[in-house]
Amino acid sequence: MVVVNCEQVWQEISNYIDDEIDPSVRSAMDEHLRQCQRCTAVLEGTRNLVQLYGDERLFDVPMGYSWRMQRRLAGNMPSRRGFLGWAFATAALVVVGGAIAIEKSRPDPAESMKSAHAQLGNVPATLAVIITDHGKLFHVQGCPFLKDNDNPHETTAGAAMKDGYVPCVRCLGEYVSTLAGNLSKRMFRVQA
Amino acid sequence: MSEGGWAMKVAGGESHEQDLIRRVQNGERDKFYELVKPYERRVYSAAYAILRNPADAEEVAQEAILKAFANLRQFRAESRFSTWLIQIAVNEARMRRRKDHPEIMQPIGEYQDEEGLYTPRDFADWREIPSEALERSEVRKMLLEALASLGAKYREVFVLRDIQHMSIEEVADALGISQASVKTRLLRARLMLRDLLAPRVASNWFSRVPFEKGNKPWS
Repeated sequence: MVVVNCEQVWQEISNYIDDEIDPSVRSAMDEHLRQCQRCTAVLEGTRNLVQLYGDERLFDVPMGYSWRMQRRLAGNMPSRRGFLGWAFATAALVVVGGAIAIEKSRPDPAESMKSAHAQLGNVPATLAVIITDHGKLFHVQGCPFLKDNDNPHETTAGAAMKDGYVPCVRCLGEYVSTLAGNLSKRMFRVQA
Repeated sequence: MSEGGWAMKVAGGESHEQDLIRRVQNGERDKFYELVKPYERRVYSAAYAILRNPADAEEVAQEAILKAFANLRQFRAESRFSTWLIQIAVNEARMRRRKDHPEIMQPIGEYQDEEGLYTPRDFADWREIPSEALERSEVRKMLLEALASLGAKYREVFVLRDIQHMSIEEVADALGISQASVKTRLLRARLMLRDLLAPRVASNWFSRVPFEKGNKPWS
């Protein structure tokens, strides 16, 4: 019968978790673990962290990551458009050009509506955002204007706006333009 | 999800994936994003775990995806597409690190020597952190800080094995080291992480942080 001591258990703990050991060594380790609180603590802690780090929620992907990835891919993949494709694209351009001409013919909106913050009125109320003790701006995670020593904490865009916060032009501007980009892409797909 | 269920999902997903690979290889370029979309998050996390910087990680993730597109004809079906893709991301991230930070290649002091016996420093009884705790940013931050403090050679093995779920053999191939080295580094990485995290978890480290319910971030 195989007998193992604490040091041997520590050396094999990783293989034990991955089930990469000989059954006789596993049995010996099981026997040791039944009697050794220290080794059991090391095993359980290690197993727990393997489980935690294996969870995909650990990594936050930056806001707009997927869209920027698609944009980069699109920029590096010139499409091979046939005659029909060009015809549809030209038609779409005419439609958009007409819409812009109509829009330009309208009277200018009130001056206050031209501010950058007013352009961000479409931020969804349920969007998770960050507010800080400094100033009355709210941001998305990863905004370069966010600083740890400003005591950042999470809330929703709706709640932040209710408390008088306004969207950060830099990070939420990008978010809104991302939404707008997706919308225009969808529009083109429908028209084509 | 049970392991069986997961395996079925993977098996079912693979045929669709192989179909997409074939179509892109035959010129349907617009199918490429559909092919890589399920893995774009993993590509980012692999790059982030190595570079420890969101902006660099995103740039490297984009470069890796573009490289995968350019080299898709070289992909052979004997390896998993996800493994191949992550391998490209890891190589790109390592190249970026070498280029930008040649000085941070060394692992932390006392763990530099790969040989010899490793003794866990902390025997505190670990108070288990349930997976739901990952919903809380302070728990994620603690785990990522601990990971970031590991030396590069341990972090890379840990990232591929425990975060990207590659097999020991796949990790060895991806990093160009032996399977025995993978196992040794993995053991060190896991025990070092436990040493780093155990005191925080066991000694109520989170009590400094005001929580809505109780004094534990996962309660």
